Amino acid sequence: MKILVIAEQRQGKWNNTSFETLAAAQQIAKDTSSMVSALVIGKGIAGLAGELAAKNVAEVLLVEHDLLEAYTPDGYCVALSQAVGSAKPDLVLFPHTYQVRDFAPKLAAMSGKGMIGDCIGYRNEGGKLVFVRQMFQGKTAADVTFQGGAPWFASFQAGAFRADLVVAHPSGKAPVNVVSVALKPEQIRTKPLDLFKEAKSAVDLTQAPLIVAIGRGIKAPENIPQAEALAKALGGEIAASRPICDEGWLPMERQIGSSGQTVAPKLYLALGISGAIQHVVGMKGARTIVAINKDQNAPIFEIADYGVVGDIFEIMPALTEALQKAK
Amino acid sequence: MNIIVCIKQVPAKDAPLSIAGNWIRESDIGFEMNEPDSYALEEALRLKEKHGGEVIALSMGPERVKQTIKEALAKGADRGIHIADDKFAQLDPLGSAKSLAAAINQQKHDLVLTGLQSDDHGFGQTGVLLAGILDVPHATIIMAIEVDGQTMKLKRELEAGWFQHIECPLPAVLSIQSGINKVRYATLKGIMAAKKKEIVTIAPESLGVSAEPTQRVERIYVPTKTKKTEFLSGTPKEVAGKLVEKLKFEARVI
Repeated sequence: MKILVIAEQRQGKWNNTSFETLAAAQQIAKDTSSMVSALVIGKGIAGLAGELAAKNVAEVLLVEHDLLEAYTPDGYCVALSQAVGSAKPDLVLFPHTYQVRDFAPKLAAMSGKGMIGDCIGYRNEGGKLVFVRQMFQGKTAADVTFQGGAPWFASFQAGAFRADLVVAHPSGKAPVNVVSVALKPEQIRTKPLDLFKEAKSAVDLTQAPLIVAIGRGIKAPENIPQAEALAKALGGEIAASRPICDEGWLPMERQIGSSGQTVAPKLYLALGISGAIQHVVGMKGARTIVAINKDQNAPIFEIADYGVVGDIFEIMPALTEALQKAK
Repeated sequence: MNIIVCIKQVPAKDAPLSIAGNWIRESDIGFEMNEPDSYALEEALRLKEKHGGEVIALSMGPERVKQTIKEALAKGADRGIHIADDKFAQLDPLGSAKSLAAAINQQKHDLVLTGLQSDDHGFGQTGVLLAGILDVPHATIIMAIEVDGQTMKLKRELEAGWFQHIECPLPAVLSIQSGINKVRYATLKGIMAAKKKEIVTIAPESLGVSAEPTQRVERIYVPTKTKKTEFLSGTPKEVAGKLVEKLKFEARVI
C-alpha cells in the first residue's frame, strides 16, 4: 500500500500535528508493509520539504505555485487533486486541523471518495484497516471502514499519535520531487485577507499551574461565583468549555479546547464538564485531572485520575472549605 | 436574499444512549435540534431581517425530524423541506450531502448555511461537501458575515486564537461556528404562526441520487479506558476531604 501524508504549514511554519500524522503513517506502514511519502504545499517552502525529507519517507512531494502562497480551499483542492492523481496513493492521511476540515472532504469527493475524519486510532484486521473515531461527543467510539476502492482519505485528531516517535530517515535524506500543478486565478473563488488575533488576553491560561474549569453542568451564570470561590481557595485560574464562553458567561480567552487554549497544568479540576472531544484535546496533557460530574458515564472520566460522581453544587462549597482549611 | 439552512435532528444532549449495532436504540430517547445548527439558523434569520428574502429550513431523517423543522419555523424560518429518509442514520457524509444538494438545487437560493458539525456522528463534512457538489465557493468555522451586494466579507476562526477575514462571492455555502450569535427562543406568536407555514416532504428516491457508500460505521461501543480513575465517594464533605488529601499527598499538586 502507498500512504501519502499531507503535511500542513502556514506562512512557512509547520502545524505540528503534521508530524503526529506522519508518525501514524509510519506505524500503519510498519503494520501493513506499506510505503510512506509526504507532501507539502504552498509557496517558497523548499526548506520545509527538506525537513520532511530527513524523516523516514520514500519521497517528499513538493507542490508549489504562486497561487498557493495563502491557503484557499479552492486552490488546495485543485492542486492536491492533481498531485494525488499523479502520485496514486492508496491512503491519504491528514492531521485533523481546522484547515483540513475546510477542504479535505471536498478533495476526497472530487474523486468520488469519502473521508473518515477525526480518527483517534486504527486497527489492522487481517489487512483491512479499521479506523476508530468518536461519536456522540466522545460518549461512544466507532469502528469505521472504507467502502469501495482506493484512494481512501482519513485524518487523525491532534494528540492521537506522538510526533516525537517519527522515525528519521535511515540514510540521510529522501528525494524531494517537485510536482507541478496547473492552477488559474479564476479557479480560486474566495479571497483570503488579513490574519489577526483578537485583543490580547489578560490571562495566559497556558502558564497557570492550577485550573478549575466549568462546563454545562454549572447551569447558570449566577452559579459561576461558586466555582470562582473554589478557584480562589485553590489559588488557580478559572476556565471553561466552549458552551460557557459561547453563552458569554465567561470571556472567550478562558476557553479550553480545540478552538481555545491548549493547557497542560499540574492540576485540572473539571466541574460539570462532560468531556466532549473538542474540550479534551485542550487539556488532556494535564498532569493530574479531577472530574466531578453527575453522569457516571461522562467521557471526562475516561481521562480523569480522580473522579467524583455527584452534584457539583454540593461538592464545590465543601471542597472550597476543605481547601481553605488545608492551607 | 434566500437562505437555506441545513438542520439536523440529534439525540437530546442528556439522553442515555443505548447502543444497538452501529447506531443507538431510538425508542426511549428524546431528540432535539443539533445545537451547532441552531447557530446557523439564527444567523440566517438575522441576515433575512437585514437583507430581506426568505429562510428555508431543510432537514433529513424519519418522521420525528418534522418537530425540529417546526421549531425552526416557530423561530422565524418561512418554510420547511423534509427529506423523509428513515435510513438517514446509515448514510455516509457524501451520501447525505448528495441528497441535501439535490433538494437545495430545486430551490432558488443565494446562500446555504450549515452548523459546524453534528453532535451525533460529528463528521463535520456536510457544508464542505455541499459546496463541492453544488459547485459554489465555501468557507467554514465562520464567526461573522457581512453581505455587500454579491460579495460577503467573512470572519473565519483559525486555531490557537487566530482569525482571518476572507471575501467570498454569492452564491456560497458557509459552515457556522457555534457562538457566532445569541440564539433566540421561539415566541408564542412564532409558534402559532408556524402552524400555518408549509413543510414540503420529499421522498429520497425522487431526488435521483445514487449513493454508493464510501465509508461505513461498523459498530459503536463505549470506549475502553486508557487511564485508571480512582473514584471517591461519600458525603460532599467526606469527598472534599478525601480529594484534598489525595491532591496534597498522593498527586502532590497542591
